[in-house]
This record gives sequence, C-alpha cells and structure tokens, in this order.
Amino acid sequence: MTQIHQSDVAIIGGGLMGCSAALFLRQRGMSVTLLETDKVGRQASGTNFGNVRRQGRPIFQLPLANRAIRIWRDSPQLLGADVEYLQSGHIRVCFRNRPENIGKMEEYAALAREEGLDLELMSANALREKFPWLGPDVLAGSYSATDGHANPRLAAPAFARAAARLGASIVEDTKIVHAEKVGEDFRLTAEDGRQFAAPILLITAGAWAGKIAGWFGEEIPLTPRAPTMSVTEPVPYAIAPAVGVMTPDEVETVYFRQVARGNIVLGGSTRAQSYPDDYRSYVLPQNTMTQFQHLRRLAPALANLQVIRVWSGIEGYTDDALPIMGPSAKVSGLFHAFGFSGSGFQIGPGVGETMAELIATGATDIPLEHYAVTRFAK
Amino acid sequence: MSARFRRLVETDRPQVSLTVDGVSVTALAGDTLMVAMLTNGDALRSSEFSDLEPTDGRRAGFCLMGACQDCWVWTAQGERLRACSTPVQGGMEISTHQPEATWATIA
Amino acid sequence: MGDHRVIIVGAGPAGVRAAQAVVRAGLRPIVIDEAARAGGQIYRRPPENFQRDHEALYGTEAARARAIHEDFAALLPHIDYRPETLVWNVAEGHVWAAHEGETQAIPYDALIVCSGASDRVAPIKGWQAAGCYSLGGAQIALKAQGCAIGHRVIFLGSGPLLYLAAAQYVKAGAEVAAVLDTSPFWLRVKAAPKLAAMPGLLWQGMKLLGDLKRAGVPVLTGVTPVEIEGDTQSGVSGVTVRHKGAVKHFAGDAVAMGWHVKPEAQIADLARATFAFDPATRQWLPQTDADGRAGNALYLGGDGARVLGARSAEVTGELAAMAALADLGLTVDADRRRWLLAEKANYATFAKGLAQAFPWPHELVAAIPDEAIVCRCEAVTAANLRASVNTAHAQEANRAKAFSRVGMGRCQGRYCGHASAEIIAAARSVSLEKTGRLRGQAPIKPIPVSLKRNDL
Repeated sequence: MTQIHQSDVAIIGGGLMGCSAALFLRQRGMSVTLLETDKVGRQASGTNFGNVRRQGRPIFQLPLANRAIRIWRDSPQLLGADVEYLQSGHIRVCFRNRPENIGKMEEYAALAREEGLDLELMSANALREKFPWLGPDVLAGSYSATDGHANPRLAAPAFARAAARLGASIVEDTKIVHAEKVGEDFRLTAEDGRQFAAPILLITAGAWAGKIAGWFGEEIPLTPRAPTMSVTEPVPYAIAPAVGVMTPDEVETVYFRQVARGNIVLGGSTRAQSYPDDYRSYVLPQNTMTQFQHLRRLAPALANLQVIRVWSGIEGYTDDALPIMGPSAKVSGLFHAFGFSGSGFQIGPGVGETMAELIATGATDIPLEHYAVTRFAK
Repeated sequence: MSARFRRLVETDRPQVSLTVDGVSVTALAGDTLMVAMLTNGDALRSSEFSDLEPTDGRRAGFCLMGACQDCWVWTAQGERLRACSTPVQGGMEISTHQPEATWATIA
Repeated sequence: MGDHRVIIVGAGPAGVRAAQAVVRAGLRPIVIDEAARAGGQIYRRPPENFQRDHEALYGTEAARARAIHEDFAALLPHIDYRPETLVWNVAEGHVWAAHEGETQAIPYDALIVCSGASDRVAPIKGWQAAGCYSLGGAQIALKAQGCAIGHRVIFLGSGPLLYLAAAQYVKAGAEVAAVLDTSPFWLRVKAAPKLAAMPGLLWQGMKLLGDLKRAGVPVLTGVTPVEIEGDTQSGVSGVTVRHKGAVKHFAGDAVAMGWHVKPEAQIADLARATFAFDPATRQWLPQTDADGRAGNALYLGGDGARVLGARSAEVTGELAAMAALADLGLTVDADRRRWLLAEKANYATFAKGLAQAFPWPHELVAAIPDEAIVCRCEAVTAANLRASVNTAHAQEANRAKAFSRVGMGRCQGRYCGHASAEIIAAARSVSLEKTGRLRGQAPIKPIPVSLKRNDL
C-alpha cells in the first residue's frame, strides 16, 4: 500500500477559492494539501471575464467583497506577482428599454453606501461626456470608482505559487475519485491510487463539487454552464473602467474591459452548457453573435474592432445563483466553498481568507447565512 | 520613404490613385492594397507593443496569404482591411495608424 | 439523393478534385473559399487583368494548374460556389461562414475540409523587422502580383520551395543575395532513396540548384542563422549566419524564410478532429483513416490534413470526397479508390524523404537567444516564454500561452506555435510531445464586432 499524505487540511479543487484558501491557511500555520484534477485555475477561475466588481452584488455579500478588495489591492506584495489588477472603475448601465432599472440603481446605491461602497449615479448625457464610447441606447448608469479588473489567467496560479512558497503542497494532475471519513480523518483516494488524509476537508471544486459533496450525503444540484467570452485585437489603451449591462434578460447581459496592453475583453450574453465529466466547454457561435449584437448597443465604437479569439470554461451554477459557503450540515470537519455561479472572481480571495479563518478559528465575522448548504438539503 | 516591393513584371496596367495617411499615391489596377502601399512606402503599420518590446517596430506584412494577420490597415472610417487580400480601389483613403488612438482616455 | 448536404472548404487542388467527385455523384456541394479565384495558394491566380500565361506563372506545373482552373470553371454550374468567404467557426453540424460583413450557419451532412497549408517558420532573432516574409509569401508576391518582396532578397530556410522560389525570383529579374539552407547537403544524399519515389521532382530540384549557381547566387547549406539585422524604422538590412565555422554576412532589404509548410488544421480542430503527435515532422497532425475520414462527418483532404504536396492534394481531395460519398450511402468506384490510395502512398514516401533531407531545425529553435521575439503578434520574447516555464511553472503549451501570451495574438499561434513548443520542451528538458498541443480557438481568422447574422 502506498504512503498516505497527511496534512491538517485537504482541499479538493484548485481554483481561485482553493488556491487562496491554501495561502491563507498556511499564513495561519496549518499544513495544507491542495488537490487539483488538472492544472490550477484553468476552468471557471481562469476563463472568466476578470471583473473585480463589487457593485451589483447582493448587499449582504458586500462585507465579503470588501474583504476581497483589500486582498486584490495588496496582491503584488502578497503574491510576489503581477496579476494585472487595475482599480480603474466599473460602470453598470441600463438600456433605454428598461427605465425601471434607474430606480433599482438608486435603491442599490443607497444601501451599498452603508456597506462602504460609493456609487455615482449618472445620466445618459453625463455618462457619454465622461465615456464617449457609450451608445445612444444607454439610458443611465452607476459608476464605482474603486472597482476594477484583473487577469484571471494569472490570478489563481499566482495564489497557488504563493501558497507553495509558504509550504502548501499543491498537487496538480491528481483526480480524487473517492473520499470518505474514517475515524477523525477524511481519507481521499486519487485515480492512480495515491492516498491523502486530513481531519479537515474543504471542497472548492466548482462545477465538480456537487458530486464530491454527494459522497458525504449532501445532494446539491449544480448546473454546469459555459460563459461566452471573446477578446479583440489590441488598440491604444483608452477605456479605464469595466462596463456591464444591468438587465434581467441573459442575452442582453454583456460587458467589456480593456487590458493595459490594449485588448478589449468581451463577455456575456447567453451561456452554453458545459461538460465537466469530459472536461470540455465550447463557445457556441450563435452566442458570440448575440454578444456582438448587444455590445454594439452598449458601445457602438467597438463595432470596427476585430475579435481574435473566443473561449469558455466550466462554471457551476446553483439554483439561486448564490454560492454554498460554510460548514457541511452533515459531516463535521467538512467545509464547502463552491457554486459561485459565474460571479466568484472578485470575491475569490475573500472567500479563501474567510474559509481559512472559519477553519482555523471556528468563526468569522463575514455573514455566511445566505450561503448555507441547508437551503438545498432535502 | 522608399518603396519596399519592386515591380518586376505585369506593369502595363491602368493606374489608380489612393491616399495613404493623407498623401496621394499611385498604384496599378489589380494590385492588392499591400502592393499598392509597399511600392510607395516601406511599411503598413506599427506593432502595438513597440514600447514594451523596443526591438519591435514598423510592420510590412509577413505571409501574403491571409494567415498571419500582420497586414491590417485602416480606412478613414475606421474599418479594418487586410492589405494582402484586399484589391486596391481608386479613391481609397487608408491610414497606417489605429483610429482608436483618438478615443478619450479616462483617468 | 440530391438532399445530401455536402460542404467543401477550400478551392485549391484538393478542394477542386473533391468538388468534382461530389458533382460526379449527382450532388450539388457548397464550395466555400476565402480567395476571390479558385486554385489555392499553389495554383493561385493573379487578378483577371494580368497577362502572364500558365507556363510563365506555374513553370513545370503549368499543365496541372491549367487543368485545375479549367475543371473548376466547368464545375461552376453544378456547385454553390462562395468565394471571398471565411469559415470562422464550426459547431453542432454547422459551418459558420462570413462574407461582406454578414454571417450564416450552414448545416452539413458531410464536411470536406481542404484548407491547405501555410509556411512553417523558425523564429530568427530580428525576424519581426519589416521586410521579413514567409517563403510562400515571397512566391505569392511574384506569382500573383508580379513583384519582388525587396530590392535585394535573401532566402533563408530549407526545403524545395526555398530553391524554387529563389530560382523564380532570379528568372523574373530580381536580385537574390543568397540562398541560405539550414540543412546540410549530406542529408539530401541520405534521403535520396525516398526522394527517388518521385524521380521527376528530384530532377527538377537538381535543375533549380544549377539555375541558381549559373546566376551567381551564393547557395550555402548547413548554415546556422545568427541574426536578421535591421532597425525598427526601416526594416531589414541583412542576415548573418555561421557557416563551416565562419561568420558570414549578407546585405539585403528583404528576407524570405520558410521550412516547408504545415497544415492549416484550425477548421479540422474546431470540427473536433483528433490530433496525434508525428515524431518525424515534430508536430501534431489531425488523424484520418487512409481515405481522409476524421470522424463526426468530417473529411480531410490535401495539405490541410498532411503535407504531401500539390499533386498529392488532388489525390487526397478526391479520396476524402469518395469517403464522404460512401458514408452517405452512395456508390463509389472501388478500382479508382485503390489507384488513388496507391498514388497517395507513393507521395507519402517522397514526403518522408523531403522531411529527412530538409529537416525542421528544432535544435536551432530551442537554442534561440533570450532577446529574440518568438511570437510576432504579441511581441513575446524567448525570455518571456522561458520565464513562464521556469518562474511560473507552465508545463505545457496551453499553459505557457496563458502565462506568456505566446500564440495569443491575431494569427493564433500559426507562426509561433511549433517554435514555442520546442522552446518549452527544451526549457523543461522533456520531449516535444509532452509539451502538448495548442488547442484551436475560434474564430479561424479575425471577425469584426460588426459581424451580423443574415440567416435569422
């Protein structure tokens, strides 16, 4: 029989949540083994839009988002790497056909201010004066000067490397096929027979997490979806904020941001299905076309730009689009942080730090009641 | 600015006029835009990353078969044209600079 | 039986022969081609107002070129021909084709991809300078536009096209400064038995060398490129190589560079062909059966599947079409198929000889200096790429792309993919195969955000 790798905490899933949790657990002196089927940060964490956006999140999520923004700001020192974080602002606009959203933006801004997030509501004219590339279909907007964006391709791997430097064991290309609690320890078995054991298990496995939680009797329905992403040729850097549309209609939910090198990242519109069992996701061309259609409404100035690449990834969605985050309801020592439903990037480092705090101290000031696994328990 | 390409044969064709960066130049009917520009000048555009990579500079295309995407130029209206696979037309107004450079920068 | 929906992508020698076979079976295929006129790159036709005849344009291949052009003209009433149309994606049994700012999804029962090849280039320090062109590009300038790529041209690379294009330049009156071949002459001698599979082509190659020597063009074999000199403003000024222990410099304002060609396999990739590593040519190739079946109603013909040359492309294009027809339940001529398969085998032997005689210079690529640019689109240097392996621990090609941006630009790794894989493999001290394959991503070529559907 092979040797069992023992640590204080085992983490299944090397996305941004798992990698940042590994780093913060090490900072708290716990030994950590992070197990990743493929390479860290390759799916939802590495393929998302890269919004480091607080505005638009549920008000009750802002304490978590505020915790995360501090980590993003400290990321160059914390990680020893540049993950291209820019605190360059975020604009949320509504289209002319949805005037009711203005009232919702005002209401949101008032509540957000109490949580420390200042938003400036702007009329169409004021917006276009400041951001001349916005289109006539834009009715109004809400500007957050202290939100921004970062590079998802770099972020989770940088957290993993920082964790490894502090002594975390980051184990890639290792698919866990079986997990159970034996006595005080969780016992994990990899596809090739290697075994890992720890008294605490944190599941941060995104779209794959439902299956793993199921091994412990927690049936959590997750829908694997695939975002529609594109990027343009580089053009001179001129668009500081990330820009997105507030709308209840998925096909209209488009957004874009310009990276410092000049490329404009385009995201949103209808998502496709993804295939976690096959480790595959595909961009459907019809979704790329509706994305372009609504981006032309948002920013007609983008119409001439060439799109040079599209991509997608595998994201896990819960039925209420809120994550599952906190202790298991059934097994002591088991913790969850998954189901971020396409909105996990900004809060990711805050999730990692909060889970580390919860695991190490048994408590956190971050409100987690909205994310309780019990809301799905049968 | 000297010509990069050299015409060897097939020079008995009608002339067409176009402007490149506002300067009027003469090409031959049947030229690609690339040939029209490079028989009148030595580059089509500049690398976007010259400031990041100091050895990188002006570009004059590479593959001539629509594969490398190194020869995109711009019309006065901001449309992109792949110079190697676009036939020249009289009256074209071509720019070798990205029109988006005029977008307002937001601090 | 007219209900079978067959799409052929590409109207070069393979696509034309495929279309002919499909029409012969009584079907009306859609033929999509990016060019304005059929012929592909090898039999590319100049615009209509040009004067040179087939003999002047295509030399020894004039009869074949004429046959392709005339046979395609005869097919026009029987096909749905869509020139100047880009296939930018393939998904869920549909080809996404764009033309003049509009796009549509075209369903198919069989998709025959004859997408041809593009130059396989090795990055050389300084190759981003204006005036560096692919070898194929240099030939196209002359063939399709009557131009030389410069006033004093240096040919650098390896393979038969190096000598053919240089000889064509000399014949057309261009000044050729030198022909610099990275492969040593003795490899040609070693490969002679395989090259003898096509005695005519072997003889042509020797004749080209004679033409160049008679014209006084220096021809050096076994060179190690050091640098393409030039500056960021005026472009190329010369090439320096090491040859037989000495450093040699050739002045010139243009470089034509290429080491054979490689399949344009991006459409096959999006149509979900499987790929396998080919150790002989050190690249990943789409997998087909002998006839060209790649699975999922996908059929591959010509150099877009495997580079066997223009003559072979006519054979494999027809084979791929016959496979598609057979799978659609139509009768195909079994004798014809057997003959085509035998022809293909002969071309494959010759292609192996070429790969042996004029190898891809992978050791040179792996040893490229840190300051050299590997990815022209994104200005990624060898140092950037090596750092993604050594500092950020990228272990394979897609990861190195994610970290360093190599292959992330407009050409999607067409011109740096093979080289970056060699550099990654060397930096990690692993086999090239272990560095994996850059996955294809749509669009096949850039599409504007203004692109609109016209099929809704």
